Amino acid sequence: MADLQTQDYIRLSATTMTPPSERSHELEVAKLIDVTRCIGCKACQSACMEWNDLRPEMDEFNGAYENPHDLGPGTWTLMRFAEHENEQGNLEWLIRKDGCLHCEDPGCLKACPAPGAIVQHANGIVDFNSEACIGCGYCVKGCPFDIPRISPVDHKSYKCTLCSDRVGVGLEPACVKACPTGAILFGTKSDMKEWANERITDLKERGFENAGLYDPAEVGGTHVMYVLHHADRPSLYSGLPDKPHISALVGLWKGVLKPVALIGIAAAVIAAFFHSVVVGLNETEEADEEAAAKLLSGRTDKS
Amino acid sequence: MNLPKAMLVRNATLTRVNHWITGICFVLLMLSGLAMFDPVLFFLSDLFGGGQWMRAVHPWIGIALVVSFSGLVLQFWRDNLWTRDDVEWLKQIDHVVRNEEQEVPEVARFNAGQKLVFWGMLLLVPILFITGLTIWEVYFFPYTSIETQRAALLIHSLAAIGVILVWILHVYAALWVKGSMRAMLRGTVTPGWAWRHHRKWFRALVAAGSAGPTPESHSKIQRP
Repeated sequence: MADLQTQDYIRLSATTMTPPSERSHELEVAKLIDVTRCIGCKACQSACMEWNDLRPEMDEFNGAYENPHDLGPGTWTLMRFAEHENEQGNLEWLIRKDGCLHCEDPGCLKACPAPGAIVQHANGIVDFNSEACIGCGYCVKGCPFDIPRISPVDHKSYKCTLCSDRVGVGLEPACVKACPTGAILFGTKSDMKEWANERITDLKERGFENAGLYDPAEVGGTHVMYVLHHADRPSLYSGLPDKPHISALVGLWKGVLKPVALIGIAAAVIAAFFHSVVVGLNETEEADEEAAAKLLSGRTDKS
Repeated sequence: MNLPKAMLVRNATLTRVNHWITGICFVLLMLSGLAMFDPVLFFLSDLFGGGQWMRAVHPWIGIALVVSFSGLVLQFWRDNLWTRDDVEWLKQIDHVVRNEEQEVPEVARFNAGQKLVFWGMLLLVPILFITGLTIWEVYFFPYTSIETQRAALLIHSLAAIGVILVWILHVYAALWVKGSMRAMLRGTVTPGWAWRHHRKWFRALVAAGSAGPTPESHSKIQRP
């Protein structure tokens, strides 16, 4: 849970202070989603709703298996279904459990203007702290994966917490517990990578030459990883970004403009102040009033 | 202070009310905007009742500013048209900043510096308005792509910094040239002030027998 007493934060949004990080002797965790084992049963989606007490509004049918049709403030994980025709002309049904990937370098956290509204735990979980959230939507712009959703009711941002409340007391996330095929695994990141490698070797032996792990280095790696049959083309899986990165625009805004701007504003104020100290104020003098009076009376004389 | 009897009207009452509504909106937008721009200044959100209130109210104040600012533009645009004299004035800017106004071409109702503030604001306020609508999450989120909103957010921040710098120039000039604050608070200036800073304007008023703010105004000039 995202309260400061947790004392294991490695990052806090919008703060220049060192976060309370003394109790950080934790192993990095990861959830491994083995897309190749997924049967699309949506048990994970139900378990997420169940554990987190989420009941998103009933959606309309829009011609696809997705239900609801998109992530939402009350839908933190969503099975996405993509039909792909492979080189042999066979149909592949690529089903991906979408949700927050818990980036090592979280774009949402970087973009967030509210101190402590987004935190990163030592175990890698990126969590939203609703009481500090101001509902500006900057996290939505920071995220390379289009994950956070702002509630129109309470104007807070929501996404998967990786069940930080469960993980904090030694349990696995609810979706992991519910998965009937073992397609979702949870453990330390190094264990998950090891397991994924075994699985990938297996897949390659079975003809999926491009099988691989999705743990994109562009965002420092993620704490939710996918095993994909087509790791060379992640975008086949309902638009999973091939090269996810925090937008350069966000980098310019938060990385360059933010520090330069305040210095610029402060410099302008200081320059103005010292101008008045050096040159002095521009005051109307007696001579001006006399000259003005002369012009005024000159006009009177003529009329 | 002994003020001459023949005070001139620099800004009519409507203009002053309009100006200060705009000014109040501007300061509120700047404080809330800076709070959302840099975490060092996030404490300013307390002035608005906390982050949620600040986030909610900032765009509405922006709407108010756009409406109010439009009123100012309607009243001031004609006297802010750029002339050849303004180029000359800018060439003499070193004299201006050293308070050596006798070296500078005579100035009409507004000098080139004031005109640049006017046109700077007129350029930046619409940019802030349009990019602001784009990133107004509550009402306009579904209408543009997230990439567009990222660009809008960056442009909004850049334009805001620009407009704050223009505003600092504007406020400092008003404090620096004494009598200017009175011109916007009470609305009046002394003939000496007009002679010193806006001699062309002053001559036009005298010639027309008007006490301002423009030679066409019906107010009668007081003669000593």
